[in-house]
Amino acid sequence: MIAVIDYGAGNLFSVCNALEYLGLNHQLTKKTEDLRAADGLILPGVGAFPAGMQMLRESGLVEVICEESKKKPLLGICLGMQMLLEESDEVAPCKGLGLIRGSVHRIPSQRVIIPHMGWNELTVLQADCPLLQGLEQPLYTYFVHSYQAFCDDANIVAYADYDGRIPALITDGGYVFGAQFHPEKSGEQGLQMLRNFGGML
Amino acid sequence: MLAKRIIPCLDVRHGKVVKGVNFEGVKDVGDPVACAAEYNRQGADELVFYDIVASHEGRGVFLDVVRETAKQVFIPLTVGGGIATVADMRDTLRAGADKISINSSAVKNPALISQGAELFGSQCIVVGIDAKRNGKGGYTVFVNGGRIDMQMDLIEWVKEIQARGAGEICLNSIDTDGVRGGFDIEMLQAVCANVRIPVIASGGAGKCSDFATAFQQTGATAALAASLFHFGELTVAQVKADCRSKGIIVR
Repeated sequence: MIAVIDYGAGNLFSVCNALEYLGLNHQLTKKTEDLRAADGLILPGVGAFPAGMQMLRESGLVEVICEESKKKPLLGICLGMQMLLEESDEVAPCKGLGLIRGSVHRIPSQRVIIPHMGWNELTVLQADCPLLQGLEQPLYTYFVHSYQAFCDDANIVAYADYDGRIPALITDGGYVFGAQFHPEKSGEQGLQMLRNFGGML
Repeated sequence: MLAKRIIPCLDVRHGKVVKGVNFEGVKDVGDPVACAAEYNRQGADELVFYDIVASHEGRGVFLDVVRETAKQVFIPLTVGGGIATVADMRDTLRAGADKISINSSAVKNPALISQGAELFGSQCIVVGIDAKRNGKGGYTVFVNGGRIDMQMDLIEWVKEIQARGAGEICLNSIDTDGVRGGFDIEMLQAVCANVRIPVIASGGAGKCSDFATAFQQTGATAALAASLFHFGELTVAQVKADCRSKGIIVR
């Protein structure tokens, strides 16, 4: 059972649709006990970082997510990925979950259109990542974001080039993964990543 | 870098796919969910569903089509036609749309752009435009499916759309729509030179190379077509192969 964390932010609908399509057992929930009982967690999200963190705190889920992420796979998507990091300066400085070392800032390039929106190719640094198994090159995924992660190369599984490196898939080296792109909107290859996530449970 | 996007548009009426030539002479063909799945298989980067009737009574049927498609097709889905309020936007997003396309309603009430961007995010809000040459070297904006001339300058309008926080512009040229002689390169150039948000080329694709031409000669980041794909004259894969052979990055 995958718990899709419902803390009031984001398009949970498309993530659940994709899991349903793949036949992966899942539950949309904001209950602590469901998160504890689940085999894996997905943290979706769209919108601004401080609003997302505030909703997460008000849901009383910060502690349980941090604890459970030591025991079972956790996948953050888009804003859900950014909140895995230590802090962001979107709108105003704000602490994240701190599960992966690094921070979130606006995409620095002045030469490209912001938001970074559309399909971009991933360059894979850690081909042994369980989420990337069974995927063929070139690997394109769908992005929509204006802020990006800044973290150590050791935490970057794959990045996209957008007049600079944009960490696309990051990990703590354990159970915690974050996708800046939307696997649930990235066609067959995105579905394969979710299938792989289901296979990790 | 970002890939240029190829976007098939499905014009939907009473739950079926249709496509008119120059907005007239509509002919019923096809099940929208099946068409969407086929386009996904061909490598479409996004899909647009357009409710051409957009009547209050037909809304439920149309949103059912969106809902069913979102359960089976996992690429971004844009929905347009008859969206006039923030509540309409919310209903459409809840049915599974990733983006909302507004056209006449944005012209009549530009605040709708800012309200939508604020509530749902700029990335959700696509403003569609139907424009035509005004005979004086410029372009004017039309509404209601290209029937009513608003006597409004296109360039002023695209600047306002951007300032109000829209995420994208979908530019349809009435002069080239349905004519199949290629996208309106001049109009696209004029718009792309005046905004920084992505511009989708629409109206006029008649052959495979028209897409690459639009990408090579204008700043458009995506190109949309309906009948060309719908009647099976071209596949998305063929268009992408042509672009790729010319050094254009596509997925």
